[in-house]
Amino acid sequence: MIIAERKPITEIWRLIESYRQILVVGCRGCVTVCLAGGAREVANLANLLHLAAREHGCSITILQHTVERQCEYEFVQPLAAYGQGDCSIEAVVSLGCGIGVQAVAECLPDIPVYPGLNTSFLGMPERSGRWVERCHACGQCILDKTGGICPIARCAKNLLNGPCGGSQHGQCEIGGGTDCAWQLIYDKLSRLNQLDRLKEIALPKDWSKDRDGGPRRLCREDWEEDNFTDEVRE
Amino acid sequence: MKSGSNLEKVLRAGHFAVTTEIGPPKSCDAEVVRRHGETLRGYADAYNVTDNQTAVVRLSSMAACTILTGMGLEPVLQMTCRDRNRIALQSDLLGAAALGIRNVLCLTGDHQSFGNHPDSKNVFDLDSIQLIHTARLMRDKGQFLCGEEMKVKPRLFIGGVVNPFADPFEFRVTRLAKKNAAGADFVQTQAILDMSRFERFMKKVREAGLHEQVFILAGLMPIKSARMARYMQKNVPGMMVSEEICQRLEKAEDVKAEAVKLVVEQIEQIRQIEGVAGVHLMAVAWEEIIPAIVEQAGLYPRPSL
Repeated sequence: MIIAERKPITEIWRLIESYRQILVVGCRGCVTVCLAGGAREVANLANLLHLAAREHGCSITILQHTVERQCEYEFVQPLAAYGQGDCSIEAVVSLGCGIGVQAVAECLPDIPVYPGLNTSFLGMPERSGRWVERCHACGQCILDKTGGICPIARCAKNLLNGPCGGSQHGQCEIGGGTDCAWQLIYDKLSRLNQLDRLKEIALPKDWSKDRDGGPRRLCREDWEEDNFTDEVRE
Repeated sequence: MKSGSNLEKVLRAGHFAVTTEIGPPKSCDAEVVRRHGETLRGYADAYNVTDNQTAVVRLSSMAACTILTGMGLEPVLQMTCRDRNRIALQSDLLGAAALGIRNVLCLTGDHQSFGNHPDSKNVFDLDSIQLIHTARLMRDKGQFLCGEEMKVKPRLFIGGVVNPFADPFEFRVTRLAKKNAAGADFVQTQAILDMSRFERFMKKVREAGLHEQVFILAGLMPIKSARMARYMQKNVPGMMVSEEICQRLEKAEDVKAEAVKLVVEQIEQIRQIEGVAGVHLMAVAWEEIIPAIVEQAGLYPRPSL
């Protein structure tokens, strides 16, 4: 899932301090699970913004709305109502990931939408209160070769041919308790009796499937609406 | 001869080779490079020029190498994968050959979090093994990575590094085998400050027959203070410093003399290890001590071929 954390309250306050009618939008997807942008965090942020407003000697109105998933038009479309009629919302703070912020902004073309979170990485909780990166979405999975441990996401240098000279006692040279991904790969393949696989030279990777190739798009012709046959519709 | 470099000639003639290191300054002061070059002139077969080592911005390795070639000294151009993608790396390999640089050392490069621009982006488009592969493809087949051909092939003696002191230990021999298969003509090791581990490493290298396929230069580093030895023992990733070395420096009355003595003894030990083709002396911020070490080890004068 996508891991995110809330921006410091002073930063969010600076984004919206000139507005008096604010909508805070949460998301029940990934950011609820990583405790950054669910209904509870929306309520928390509303309280903190009220406090900040009081400190600055002003009063603000905050509406709260948490949708099922900010990353799907189906769920964010209802937010369009806030931009219509006599609704007086002046600004929106999205507690979605970067995808959610952009989808909400698309739905509300005439209202500024600000990010309340920093989207951190694709990962998982390692234990309570601690999340770790697991996937870089490089577009060409090599986990088959590396014992199910990703050196693209988990090696600080994305190395493909084994650990650099800074790997010691299972730790990455950058420190901070970061495991050396290649030590993990080595241990795993050793257990699987597959160390021979690491003797092959991994040739330069095709990074065009990563974001270096430009914004990515996935097309499934069989699921594009124009190609739906009557059978599929039925 | 693949490159015709002096280092290649010395190694192929079977002499015990000596390389050492010159770190470019953190300014555009070419005098610093010339001064180090003059201090070390005649004491090595080739001089490594580091490439923004520890991710600290310095005068470019290529420029410093060119200053050395102008002085009649032979450089080993160090190239890391941290700051350049495959386009820039291949371009620099061509540029190096055009400037008369005949030796290139391909490294991964320290992570930028160690340096003075920890907020920079890193590249690592290629890794060190892939860079070695690229250099050989260009030299032997006259091809770029994309398969396109070039008119004149760059004549380069291709090097890599190995670190017998990093983990997992057995995989370090595999890495050397991969570097050899990818096209390394020679390798230099991380500073050996734990001889028994290096001996164990070389035993495995010989079992794999690698010492007959690639020239191995043993890295050595004089350490001028006991405190520095302890620091490296505890805090530098990928380094191992034996208790004996720390204690000898701690007990020594003249620490610098003891440091030289230690390295000279190490050179004697290393010359007894089958499969080691030479030494690479790294005296970081203590370059002026190299001549004394080379002389006392009986490695002066250097062969002229």
